[in-house]
Amino acid sequence: MAQETRNAYGQELAKLIQEREDIVVLDADLTKSTKTAEAKKVCPERHFNAGIAEANMMGMAAGLAASGKTVFASSFAVFAAGRAFEIIRNSICYPNLNVKVCATHAGLSVGEDGASHQSIEDVAIMRSLPNMSVFVPCDQYETKAVIDYVADLKGPCYVRLGRGKVEDVFNEETVFDFTKVRVLKEGKDVVLFAMGLMVQEALKAAEELEKEGISCSVINVSCLKPLDKEGVKKALQSHKKAFCLEEHNVIGGLFSAVAETAVQTESCPVYPIGVEDTFGESGPAAKVLKKYGICAEHVVEVVKAH
Amino acid sequence: MDNNELRKHAANVRQKIVTMVYDAQSGHPGGSLGAADILTTLYFEEMDINEANLKTTKRDRFVLSKGHTSPALYAVLDEKGLLKEDLKSFRQLDSNLQGHPNMNEVPGVDMSTGSLGQGVSTAVGMAIANKLDKVPYRVYALVGDGESEEGIVWEAMMAAAHYQLDNFCVIFDQNGLQIDGNVQDVIGPLPLKEKAEAFGLHAVECDGHDYDAIKAALKEARETKGQPTAIIAHTVKGKGVSFMENNYAWHGSAPNTEQYEQAMKELKGED
Repeated sequence: MAQETRNAYGQELAKLIQEREDIVVLDADLTKSTKTAEAKKVCPERHFNAGIAEANMMGMAAGLAASGKTVFASSFAVFAAGRAFEIIRNSICYPNLNVKVCATHAGLSVGEDGASHQSIEDVAIMRSLPNMSVFVPCDQYETKAVIDYVADLKGPCYVRLGRGKVEDVFNEETVFDFTKVRVLKEGKDVVLFAMGLMVQEALKAAEELEKEGISCSVINVSCLKPLDKEGVKKALQSHKKAFCLEEHNVIGGLFSAVAETAVQTESCPVYPIGVEDTFGESGPAAKVLKKYGICAEHVVEVVKAH
Repeated sequence: MDNNELRKHAANVRQKIVTMVYDAQSGHPGGSLGAADILTTLYFEEMDINEANLKTTKRDRFVLSKGHTSPALYAVLDEKGLLKEDLKSFRQLDSNLQGHPNMNEVPGVDMSTGSLGQGVSTAVGMAIANKLDKVPYRVYALVGDGESEEGIVWEAMMAAAHYQLDNFCVIFDQNGLQIDGNVQDVIGPLPLKEKAEAFGLHAVECDGHDYDAIKAALKEARETKGQPTAIIAHTVKGKGVSFMENNYAWHGSAPNTEQYEQAMKELKGED
């Protein structure tokens, strides 16, 4: 069943906050959109609204973490990672504090709100911060597992979540290992690395390409940092071509992360499939994604063209 | 502690400040000297901090939001006997005494600061944590008047008042100067008392070099319930060294040998 990753986050956080006294949740006037309202419902005393003040929200998160709390701080990705960047850098990452920045509404799939709200650079800027771990789960099950994982991981984490529904890739029984990239499908010609909603598109594209005689591996990269370099290297050396699929600028995200590994080893050529260094625009999410090539059809075209 | 003893400690703190900046030939003497009486009063009179509770959060905490005045913080911790590091290592390679304070390297430094405005915000988070944990410890933040030009300071004020953090006390160190000159000429952050009140804080003004006045303001803050308190402390940047006083040129520059010797003479009361 398709589900929004932000919904899965809200549900898991509501569960965790009841189980763990050390968890405190902060939001910046978007509790219903980021879904931290679910945690507030069950534990209002440990949910704080910072108001429309993301910078101060991150500062308060740092102070709470410096007092032994495990803090989840949420807003839209463009405000969490963008507006509050320097507070995350200096007050959370430099002192290595236990704050989990869970940012929703990432990428072009925000849809109608348009470019001002469509974060396409958050993974790039969060990945560049020392001490920060970066996660991009691809479906509801992986999201819940990531939230559990970061709750136990010491230090700052960034979790990128989406507004729209994404198809299930995993199920209730799946066991996750976020220290490794995950091979979802084995093929021999081409490897498709994907993150977030592009994982479902990669699987669809692989099926199409299979029909045209191109055998594809699909690898889910949900932990962008620290990246499983060995897993990436292995895939780069066992295929003829690699493509990196992301609902993110082709600068600084998954393509960059894979390419950083590729240039340091023997590797097949690596190509980006993502937002081509341009801002998005308003429109129904599916149409916006299609226009900017963030869809299986475009992946098939690009792979065939190479 | 009586005022004569506080005065002696503050004089030592000031000598340490000037010596650190002179030795490193780098650092911010003006604001550090100006804040010396406030820090001395906090650490020797107001706050419950000692060797036994130093490494815990089960005590009053202090956030130096104006992190560039780290010499004042290191000096007061040293004067209190709580600092393990050699003050001569200030701003040197491989030292724990970073130019701007690092909480993970120096016990007693309660938050890493340096990027202006953020310390106030983190202190608000600490005060919320103390409320959640139902512990009586207080959280103090020292903010510059120039620093108050940062919007996050006022976001933090709004939150502190909204969450009724009467365990939180923000001290504005109003010396009237910032790097580019007089604060009112640069952009005009004043008046602070009226702004703090408008944001929902109890506000009190005091002379930031008069121990009785500082003590009274801190007492008033402690006794104010249901809302946080802002203390607007009027200070003299460079206080104690005649040629540094009220001169923004000494915001971030180190004295030469002749200037250093002159400064030390004045601070030792020999001049």
